[in-house]
Amino acid sequence: MSPQRKRRSDGAITAAFSRRSRGKRSAFIPFLVAGDPSLEATPDLLRALVAGGADVIELGVAFSDPIADGPTIQRGSHRALAAGSSLSAVLGIVERHREELGVPIVLFTYYNPVHARGVETFADQAAGSGVDGVLCVDLPPDEGLRELQPALEDRGVDSIYLIAATSTRERIDRAAGASNGFVYYTARSDVTGEREDLIPTLAREVKRVRRRVRLPVAVGFGISTPRQVEEVAKVAHGVVVGSALVRLIEEDAAEPDLAARLERRVRELTAPLRD
Amino acid sequence: MKVRTPLSAAAREPDEGGRYGVYGGRYAPETLMAPLEELSRAWDRLRRKRTFQRRLNHLLEHYVGRPTPLYFAERLTEHLAGARVYLKREDLLHTGAHKINNALGQVLLAKEMGKTRIIAETGAGQHGVATATAAALLGLDCVVYMGEEDMRRQRLNVYRMKLLGAEVAPVDAGSQTLKDAINEAFRDWVASFADTHYVLGTVTGPEPYPRMVRQFHSVIGSEARRQLRRLAGTPDPDVAVACVGGGSNAMGLFSAFLDRPDVLLVGVEAGGRGPGLGDHAARFSGGTLGVLHGARTLVLQDEEGQVVGTHSVSAGLDYPAVGPEHVFLHEHGQIEFTSATDQEAIEGFHLLSATEGILPALESAHAIAEVTRRAPEMEPDQVILVNLSGRGDKDVESVLEYDAK
Repeated sequence: MSPQRKRRSDGAITAAFSRRSRGKRSAFIPFLVAGDPSLEATPDLLRALVAGGADVIELGVAFSDPIADGPTIQRGSHRALAAGSSLSAVLGIVERHREELGVPIVLFTYYNPVHARGVETFADQAAGSGVDGVLCVDLPPDEGLRELQPALEDRGVDSIYLIAATSTRERIDRAAGASNGFVYYTARSDVTGEREDLIPTLAREVKRVRRRVRLPVAVGFGISTPRQVEEVAKVAHGVVVGSALVRLIEEDAAEPDLAARLERRVRELTAPLRD
Repeated sequence: MKVRTPLSAAAREPDEGGRYGVYGGRYAPETLMAPLEELSRAWDRLRRKRTFQRRLNHLLEHYVGRPTPLYFAERLTEHLAGARVYLKREDLLHTGAHKINNALGQVLLAKEMGKTRIIAETGAGQHGVATATAAALLGLDCVVYMGEEDMRRQRLNVYRMKLLGAEVAPVDAGSQTLKDAINEAFRDWVASFADTHYVLGTVTGPEPYPRMVRQFHSVIGSEARRQLRRLAGTPDPDVAVACVGGGSNAMGLFSAFLDRPDVLLVGVEAGGRGPGLGDHAARFSGGTLGVLHGARTLVLQDEEGQVVGTHSVSAGLDYPAVGPEHVFLHEHGQIEFTSATDQEAIEGFHLLSATEGILPALESAHAIAEVTRRAPEMEPDQVILVNLSGRGDKDVESVLEYDAK
């Protein structure tokens, strides 16, 4: 795996968002834990995401201590580790399938697996495998700008940071200033779930962020229905769906047509985003 | 006799980001950054505030039972036929361990911050009991996260927490032990920090926890120094020994001696069943640099950066990472680390019980084990100071089981 060099502005992530914004639509960004339910199944599941309408894929790297994840993704992470998943395995999957998939891949990881490998080695291998961006859940820009981002930037890999409902204006500016490609806004956790009346609050929250951020803003907060996708798409450049897909994999893991079921679900979720 | 060259006070201070050299820091999800910044500000304000200090000191004296005695262990000293052994009796504190120093300090801080709910993690249950106690005293709601495996091992402490009005929330994720309880407490806090304070129980975690918890325990060392001057004729022992899980009792003791070139500081980790990965909690011999629970520090992990299971007969030392300041001080030659196996700790438990009539916590028994190795090699006019961080009543069942094997 050799380092590739590409200019930041030419990043595939930026391109994917601008394609969508030209069509006045939001990007759809599904999340899976790589290796859940098995490493063998993952490539088919990734193809299903693309066939269903994914614009960017967030590929989760399983970690033993996922402090920022709810129970569904914790279980997905646990299944993946039990199935032998690891950062090495995930990089291997990206290397073999990134080109064929044709959509940008963002690694969604905790910092320790990256740190254990060494940031320079990781940056080489990520760039060489074709990883387009990296989001370290527990590496805020305060630490990330010093530790990981320079190595990624040298190799043309985007760094994506989180903005939370609790982020102060100063922190929003810091994350926005540091991110390439897009920023990921995690909405207030007490508005997640199946409530139908959450949109006014969410719209206010997202507008607060958009006023301060020039990059596209993707929003995730436990979105699980096409209706919610449609509503979120009205205010955000990108819609992230994670737990709902991990739950489908959990429930249907034993089904021989798991990938087809996943594709069908993604199609339903992206239906409101099609022309 | 000079045993090391102390770092200057300035060199020992963490920087603004909570870094001790390259260790420590604040590796937390963005959702927690605002609450952590709020906590740092509140702590910096209150630690200098006279009324807060007076209130805390009043409770420490009249409710918790400070100062704790320093005790010359004469029969243990005779038995070991070497250095004189002095015990700092944190085991005599209310709730039975040093943990209450920090729990009470943080709950008082939370109350000042206007929080109405307290959460905590616990392994053996001592920190959970201490936090539940402080919350009951100050009239705050309390939820303690505890691994299901630990709940089975420490049934009595679970019931104690319930008696104190706390809710004990079982954690069935991962290894169902201390590290998983910490994960769960962080998850709670992400959603609840508006009215909730998380009382982290040791000198690790993201800034400001390591320096805040250390400060609440520094009373151990400053008292011991004063008492030693009176009792042994010198404020400085030749050797100071403490067990190290996360490292809070050790940091509390050592903090008073960091500028003394003639005091050797020795931390004792859990050697468990032996040196194989997964069989112990000896981070200084088996750990590598990593990032866990908000801090960069030594972590027991595999090559892929997955945290591995640990083992110790003592639940309080059964943790895969260690406080970042310990790693920093070790790197600069200020603290030596060694370990004691389960077997050695159990022997230490029996020895102290039989010679002094004191049942030590199994955690503290690791420090006693180190004393039994070290004292006989020293001169009779030399002094070993040991932090007896907790009492062993909670461990009687574990010792019974171990001895039956």
